[in-house]
Amino acid sequence: MALTREQLATIATLARLELTPSEIPVYQESLSRILEFVGALERADTANVTPMAHPLPGLTQRLRADVVTEVDCHERYQLNAPLTAAGLYLVPKVIE
Amino acid sequence: MSALHTHTLSQLAEGLRRKSFSSVELVGELLARIEKSQPLLNAFISVTAEEALAAARAADRTLAAGDGGALTGVPIAHKDIFCTEGVRTTCGSRMLDNFVSPYDATVVAKLKRAGAVMLGKTNMDEFAMGSSNENSFYGPVRNPWNPQLVPGGSSGGSAAAVAARLVAGATATDTGGSIRQPAALCGITGMKPTYGRVSRYGMVAFASSLDQGGTLTASAADAALMLREMAGFDPRDSTSVETPVPDYVAALAEPIAGLRVGLLAEFFDKGLDPDNERCVREALKVFESLGAQVTQASLPNLPLSVPVYYVVAPAECSSNLARYDGVRFGHRCENPRDLNDLYRRSRGEGFGAEVKRRVMTGTYVLSAGYYDAYYLKAQRVRALINEDFARAFNGVDVLIGPTTPTPAFPIGAKTSDPITMYLNDIYTIGANLAGLPAISVPCGFVQGLPVGLQIVGPHFSEARVLSAAHAFQRVTDWHTRIPVGYA
Repeated sequence: MALTREQLATIATLARLELTPSEIPVYQESLSRILEFVGALERADTANVTPMAHPLPGLTQRLRADVVTEVDCHERYQLNAPLTAAGLYLVPKVIE
Repeated sequence: MSALHTHTLSQLAEGLRRKSFSSVELVGELLARIEKSQPLLNAFISVTAEEALAAARAADRTLAAGDGGALTGVPIAHKDIFCTEGVRTTCGSRMLDNFVSPYDATVVAKLKRAGAVMLGKTNMDEFAMGSSNENSFYGPVRNPWNPQLVPGGSSGGSAAAVAARLVAGATATDTGGSIRQPAALCGITGMKPTYGRVSRYGMVAFASSLDQGGTLTASAADAALMLREMAGFDPRDSTSVETPVPDYVAALAEPIAGLRVGLLAEFFDKGLDPDNERCVREALKVFESLGAQVTQASLPNLPLSVPVYYVVAPAECSSNLARYDGVRFGHRCENPRDLNDLYRRSRGEGFGAEVKRRVMTGTYVLSAGYYDAYYLKAQRVRALINEDFARAFNGVDVLIGPTTPTPAFPIGAKTSDPITMYLNDIYTIGANLAGLPAISVPCGFVQGLPVGLQIVGPHFSEARVLSAAHAFQRVTDWHTRIPVGYA
């Protein structure tokens, strides 16, 4: 299926990706090709087949005891942050 | 003392224990080789020379005291997807160009505990998305067999480094073929273990139901040695499996007489280069001569594995890469107008073209109105492929076929059309979808370029896959060939 310019712009908005005007037709074309390619799946008979989300069937999510196992490392982690103050991550003002 | 670089991982570990040479000498020789090769091959993103020499000195002290682990003093390299404490971990992306990991990935910690010395972080396709290593922010890696050609991807740096004997072993990851495909194109041995066998903690996530860490080495014996130290349960990875790790090195001696080998009919399709096919069929004769029973096997849904993959992997990627928001770590754009502008421009600037393509593909197939038609449908076909494998393994012990349709291709040859590039992984993706262990070993040459043979086994059959590959390598010498200029 061919995606329109508007559809591609919507996808980019949902994905929080700023595209340049010249990128839009490139992705419009390649995403359309990919969707056409994966469209081959339509022909497979999957009636009564349970979707497989995980490659090891039967493996259930493991639980652990409700005890603290990690130590506070926020200062070390924040060394990688673009902008912090008083242990907080700074972003542009959200509420006026 | 000369030519330490041609030693296998096992020989190096043994030589260090016997004190035939020191870790400092060995590390010094390999660092010089890396430095010399770097302008052409570009196999490394970061070389950690000072840290490596310090670790080598410590290893020599340990060895002098008669102590040490299985890999004490042995130099290795890590794909730049594994977090390394205090060392930049870029994942091949501008997004993480300035990211210094605050902790070690479990794989890195385990290899450190075994005594291995890290020489640096290897180049890769950005976020492991690619089959040619052309998608790296740090430039393409070149194939040591011919610098005009790609080394394969996404673990292209690790593969080129081992092929050029810059290091005897390197870590790698495989989501759709990213260990086996570059191993095939570079003439080395690439081992992707069962999903859940090796911890994913600290391994930058791409597609979490497919990603698995493994090894790139010259031989299956070296893969066994390295994997034995990397594998095992990790409480920090919720999909890590609590199954004991067998001694893969001890299991190498297992004879393969009577091994039931299934020849995968779907792998010998019209896309397979006739010369590649000839090499693979010659290799099958070797298995027969060793007493293996070769029969035909069929996985009728396997031709749909690439379409399944290009729905499932982008879907998981779009979700995993949502964390790169320019707030907590990674690239942030200049002067954001508001929070949304901060997200959009940080991501637009930080991600390369292929990553954006996959994030958007994933966003689309998960979006309202398309989820059932694409994502759920792909998961259902994935179940069919998984059932095909399970059925095949009722009759055979391992499945064998080519790793790739063709040998290495020229840099730039497949960059204009994503589908052509995606089809490179047509023979490798099945093992990821079903979570199976699989190895690629060199099985011949076509016009001077290596060809890979793939062996796939049932879940947790690494020991058998490795012993089958080892048996083949005991009677062939393809894996000992070194590219001209690097011997």
